Amino acid sequence: MDGGTYDDDAAAGVNVALDSAPVPPSPARAEILHAALRGAGIGLVAALPETWLVPLLHSLDGDTGIRLVEVAREDEAVGIAMGAHLAGTRAAALMQNHGLFSALNAVVSGALLYRIPLLLLVSDRGHFGERDPWQTEGGRHTRRVLEAVGVVHDDVVDPDPGAVARQVVEAVSLAEASLSPVALLLTRRFLWEEPG
Amino acid sequence: MKRRECLAAVHADLADCVVVTIMGAVAAELHGLGHRPGFFYLQHAMGLAPSIGLGVALRRPDRRVVVLDGDGSLLMNLGGLSTLAREAPGNLTHVVFDNASFVSIGGYPTPTADGVDLAAVARASGIPSAVTVSTVDDFTAAVRHAFASEELACVVAKVEADVVETFAMDLHLLENRFEFARSLRGGA
Repeated sequence: MDGGTYDDDAAAGVNVALDSAPVPPSPARAEILHAALRGAGIGLVAALPETWLVPLLHSLDGDTGIRLVEVAREDEAVGIAMGAHLAGTRAAALMQNHGLFSALNAVVSGALLYRIPLLLLVSDRGHFGERDPWQTEGGRHTRRVLEAVGVVHDDVVDPDPGAVARQVVEAVSLAEASLSPVALLLTRRFLWEEPG
Repeated sequence: MKRRECLAAVHADLADCVVVTIMGAVAAELHGLGHRPGFFYLQHAMGLAPSIGLGVALRRPDRRVVVLDGDGSLLMNLGGLSTLAREAPGNLTHVVFDNASFVSIGGYPTPTADGVDLAAVARASGIPSAVTVSTVDDFTAAVRHAFASEELACVVAKVEADVVETFAMDLHLLENRFEFARSLRGGA
């Protein structure tokens, strides 16, 4: 891209700002979040896999203390987590932001209607640092959609293990005190370790 | 075969079970036959009754969990069958009342009216046992067999698209929700 000109073809799908080769999502960051979930007493995670969440899913898969249930569509994850909560288990639903859009009626007419405290762990695709053009349309709506249905949310950015542990505990506390789902948005800055 | 006859035939068997039912006629009829603290009536979030039942079943393997589903609801969450099959909790029985109709909105036909075979879909999804029944005796036998087998099973009951007089239940959904959760905190 020359100064003063703009090449659509070069911009679409090409990292105009980051020339470094992409690295995979960080297993170390996934371990930090996993430890925070364990520390907060989460007993079941219902999830739909996606690229940014693969290290976390691999990490959870080996944990006998957290039951991982992989689903075909994200609204199932909300339903399964609801059932686990009703059965006395602290539960989370893990998905991409676009999956949250797909699961919206489960959140509204399930968890919110029935006052079920759930931890919604949502990968923040299409937001700062996103490299995939196809994620960016959804990315601009994630927070507004959560706010539109009254789901309180926070960004997970700081990878310090103590900070993540505290953030998860605070989210679970608020969910249980308010009898409502609470969302943590898993940002690229948290899930990826990249130079710069 | 009427849905209410099926429910009446197994109502005593359900007494000690955890039951998750869909909204509408199934909920109203089960409630009318006699409510129990372990009965949860999902009044919205159509399609999610098997998912909620799965969440309960995985966390309470000591309890028999019965999901009372319908053809319209199940068709909204066919992927959920594959999730059930992967987890395969032996304490879960999935009953589907198939009247080939969205009866709660006045009888609009569902795809099972044109031949979609939900038991075949369940089998192809990996549910170990999935049968279709069309008499009350066969229904009762299939449900009791599922309870005794300790294996995930799906029972598709072909029933008439009969309506109920009222969907009103003298039980607010939040009252039901808290009572249900409290019943699950107790022993088996």
